[in-house]
Amino acid sequence: MKSGDAFGFSRRGVLVGGSAAGAVLVHAGPVQAAPAKGDVPVTMPVSLEVNGTRHDLQLDTRTTLLDALREHLHLIGTKKGCDHGQCGACTVIVNGERINSCLSLALQHQGDKVTTIEGLGTPDKLHPMQAAFIEHDGFQCGYCTPGQICSAVAVLGEIRRGVPSHVQEDIVAAPAVSNQELRERMSGNICRCGAYSNIMEAMQHVAGESA
Amino acid sequence: MKAFTYERAQSPAQAAAAVARKPGAKFLAGGTNLLDLMKLQIETPTHLVDVQDLKLDRIEETAEGGLRIGALVRNTALASDMRVRRDYGVLTKAIVAGASGQLRNKATTAGNLLQRTRCPYFYDTNQPCNKRQPGSGCGAIGGVSRQLGVIGVSDACIATYPGDMAVALRLLDAHVETVDPQGAVRSIPIGEFHRLWGDTPHLETSLKRGELITAVTLPRPIGGRHLYHKVRDRASYAFALVSVAAVIHPDGSGRVAFGGVAPRPWRVEAAEEAMPRGAQAVTAQVFAEARPTADNRFKLQLATRTLAGVMAEARA
Repeated sequence: MKSGDAFGFSRRGVLVGGSAAGAVLVHAGPVQAAPAKGDVPVTMPVSLEVNGTRHDLQLDTRTTLLDALREHLHLIGTKKGCDHGQCGACTVIVNGERINSCLSLALQHQGDKVTTIEGLGTPDKLHPMQAAFIEHDGFQCGYCTPGQICSAVAVLGEIRRGVPSHVQEDIVAAPAVSNQELRERMSGNICRCGAYSNIMEAMQHVAGESA
Repeated sequence: MKAFTYERAQSPAQAAAAVARKPGAKFLAGGTNLLDLMKLQIETPTHLVDVQDLKLDRIEETAEGGLRIGALVRNTALASDMRVRRDYGVLTKAIVAGASGQLRNKATTAGNLLQRTRCPYFYDTNQPCNKRQPGSGCGAIGGVSRQLGVIGVSDACIATYPGDMAVALRLLDAHVETVDPQGAVRSIPIGEFHRLWGDTPHLETSLKRGELITAVTLPRPIGGRHLYHKVRDRASYAFALVSVAAVIHPDGSGRVAFGGVAPRPWRVEAAEEAMPRGAQAVTAQVFAEARPTADNRFKLQLATRTLAGVMAEARA
């Protein structure tokens, strides 16, 4: 892996500055609470409550919530798609609200309650949204699915709480669980396989049961 | 992403002082735009001052009958507030026309105001960009400029301010309240907040180094029909080619501001007396000094047509 790492620089990394990238190699390994000189990694402690379990971590300040979940807690259900908040594959629920975990530093979430796909349900006891995705074929390859399901669960909560949307005729009124509303509210979750219409059916199914 | 140190500030004045003290320091609020730019090494702060604990997350009524919106009120919370939906509907409509549900849950009022341009040449670090690297030139001028600015632009930069929320705030005559590193506070009219950057496109706002936004205030409600129409390449989750924010009264009078066309939300108050005479009469004045490229000249006609659609909805 050593030689693999040597060739592993991105084109951007090489262009932006070989010297800075070199500094990372020289100082490989975390430095405890040191000030950032040049590009020396800095680590800090953070506590997260993930799916009901508290985790105390020591992380590079640059670690996103997504990478903390996947690389440090090994909860790999949450997926990295674009890593820029454009695709929604990384969607998790933090303190009851869905966010893009790729656009948030783990350090911003000290003490927060994080729910990932692993915390919504288990293979033995599926969350109703997971069961509905299976029943309505809400996926093909499945890569975007954890983000879709976390987002879908949160969307129904947002509609219940009366959060307005772009497609509402009357923004003062309570929003409806219409196909148009669900499509608009799910626009931050991209599905390359195009399972959208079945995802909408799954969401309608769950909304109907909980109504 | 470049390495950085991190701290959480406990008061607005302390946060401002912390950023002023360290060269290369920046405020971190929601982070949805800043972290994206840090991953691309367009932003390379060496120290982040996280402001989430400053308790600036409330919406309060002011003595003047308006609202004071804390800098850290999330976009979803602001759009959902019943006082905003009822009395400042154009603000709710503008916010929910932007970004995705996930981003609106994280993004803050102040951060939304400070979002950087979406010009593709700003994002591509292999391209010259006077905004990203002052003096390096502008790849957009003479390049692909379909999405870029048509008015208020300069020979150094033709980027646009990309947001929706600020267009509504400009229409509503909002003010931006700040505290500086010495603890002094001021209130900046929203029309003076975003700069027409001329030959210094890297300086986008009138904020001084270390100056922290603490709130956005709205004057008392002005009534009328509140409308926001956004034209974009997708039906949802895309930046505006042109957007129109308007408040229109039964006699056809009102206010109008445009997004997606300039370095800042574009409003020409003097043109608003023409509103009862129709969209063309207004945009002829609003865009009188437009400097479109061959690629984005279409935005001028699109602005007129979008305003006509807004006026038709107001009459309906």
